[in-house]
Amino acid sequence: MTRRDARAPVDVGPPPGPPTGSNGGAPTRIALFGGVYSNHLALATAIEDACHRGAEALYCLGDVGAFGPHPDRVFPLLVDAGVTVVRGNYDDSIARGLEDCQCGYTDPRDNHYARLSYRYTYANTSERWRRWLGTLPESLRLTVGGRRILLCHGSPRHTNEFLWESATSTQFLAWLADAYEADIILATHTGLHWKRPLPPGVGGMERMFANVGVLGRPANDGTPRVWYAMLHLPGRPEGGADLEFIPVRYDHERLAGEMRAEGLPEEFVETILTGWWTTCLEVLPARERSRGRF
Amino acid sequence: MPATGSSGVQATTGRDAAPRVRLEHLDQLWFQVTGTICNLRCTHCFISCAPDNHAFEFLSLEEVRAWLARSAAWGVKEYYFTGGEPFMHVDLPRMLAETLARGPATVLTNGTLLPDRALVPVGDAARRSPYSLEIRVSVDGTSPETNDPIRGEGTFQRAMDGVRKLLGAGFLPIVTATRVWEPERDEEVRREFMARLEEIGYRNPRLKILPSLRIGREAHRDRGYDETERVTADMLAGYESRQLLCATSRVVTSRGVYACPILIDSPGARLGSTLEEADRPVALAERACYTCWLHGAICTNYGGIGRDAS
Repeated sequence: MTRRDARAPVDVGPPPGPPTGSNGGAPTRIALFGGVYSNHLALATAIEDACHRGAEALYCLGDVGAFGPHPDRVFPLLVDAGVTVVRGNYDDSIARGLEDCQCGYTDPRDNHYARLSYRYTYANTSERWRRWLGTLPESLRLTVGGRRILLCHGSPRHTNEFLWESATSTQFLAWLADAYEADIILATHTGLHWKRPLPPGVGGMERMFANVGVLGRPANDGTPRVWYAMLHLPGRPEGGADLEFIPVRYDHERLAGEMRAEGLPEEFVETILTGWWTTCLEVLPARERSRGRF
Repeated sequence: MPATGSSGVQATTGRDAAPRVRLEHLDQLWFQVTGTICNLRCTHCFISCAPDNHAFEFLSLEEVRAWLARSAAWGVKEYYFTGGEPFMHVDLPRMLAETLARGPATVLTNGTLLPDRALVPVGDAARRSPYSLEIRVSVDGTSPETNDPIRGEGTFQRAMDGVRKLLGAGFLPIVTATRVWEPERDEEVRREFMARLEEIGYRNPRLKILPSLRIGREAHRDRGYDETERVTADMLAGYESRQLLCATSRVVTSRGVYACPILIDSPGARLGSTLEEADRPVALAERACYTCWLHGAICTNYGGIGRDAS
């Protein structure tokens, strides 16, 4: 029954530039940015950091805009650095002019803030970049050293699916890996980074799921840091792949100043300054919710 | 066979004009763990649970264990325990401990039966697991005056005591209320709930408001569905079928596998004795399907957008 449901996303093939496998057996480093949420200051810092660490390719798993100020400032950074971008639910909404961000909140307070954020982002994203968002692929596939890597926003099957660490069974992730024929699945969307090894696949290939975190807002941990991930891939299938989470310290006070100047809600500014989430809490499972302040 | 559209919805003709929804993936496996047996007799219960309603019986620990083992190959994402009142089952702590070794779990309770002999091992199992254990406590009014006529004498205070015990055991219960008030009072009632829960020490309470299902006792308490309240194929055009519980869930009961926890009183909702038999399209022929369509995924912990998602 599982195979029948494996409606694999469109395989757009390797984008220009990234590693595709044969690199003489040398290890490969791939930087993976999650939701940027208009945090252009964190994105600029992360790009510089990733390049300094020797990343050979840069990817962003979507949700370029949201939450932060001046959404148009993010796009030139992505384009100039050659970041390949997957479409997130926010990107899809902005590109298509939908009424909301498709996060699916039902709590009135969460919806109130989600609407404020969405309206601001939509109004301040220029037509040129809205069209650009509409061209982004729903997912990407890479093959490096014999490993099949699937990059997506929420999950391989739904752009807006939340895969929380405490609310996602390993057996479900193994099913996704089987159904979507991937050894490594990388996603974002929830805002919290985590990773989990999966039972080996065909031929004993090591498998993994990881949520690469987000650059747009802190990880609800009481610090203003944001996170991205670096995937270390040996050149041959028998070597172990590893994914490292990297904290990014950036000028968050400057971002807070820009947000206030733009009239964004003080609740959003508080999150940037304190590291605690103040909104969009409804969808957090008990375990993740209990780690936060609100 | 009818054609399947990209939304996972099948159009039908003939005997049953109701559209059909296929199982996209078995994300949630539900256990009707105490059947229709409950210590309360709520006036709005859509499957008329009561201390003496043995239409559906308890599942044994061995049965739950076997279903858990079978479910692994299906890649089930999370498990739900409902009833009746799940805390009436003496083996619930062991069932939850074994479930939490496989994946996240949720218990739907009325919060009036939370003895330490159950709560302590359940709390231990939750702490040991990498997965969340969600406890949903049903309360239908913000005071004894509004809650107790529906759920029974003294149940408001007992449920509030239950919430307090759960907080003390380290849980963040999701207080779940069925909308038994006029929809225009939603915001007022929500504020009242938040205030009452904060009064008992629940900071930033989690609250879920459910629509009422106009079947079972609720059809007599308020009203049943009228003729216009049914799902047609047209209503599913452009609708995300995963909003419907039957697109992602099945329910294990003492009498077989059903499409949905709301419809176990409907013979047509019984799909078979095994998960394989139950992996077939479900006709949205029941009147309560209209409420699920309207509000979407009403039984899961999060979500519930319904027609607005299309």
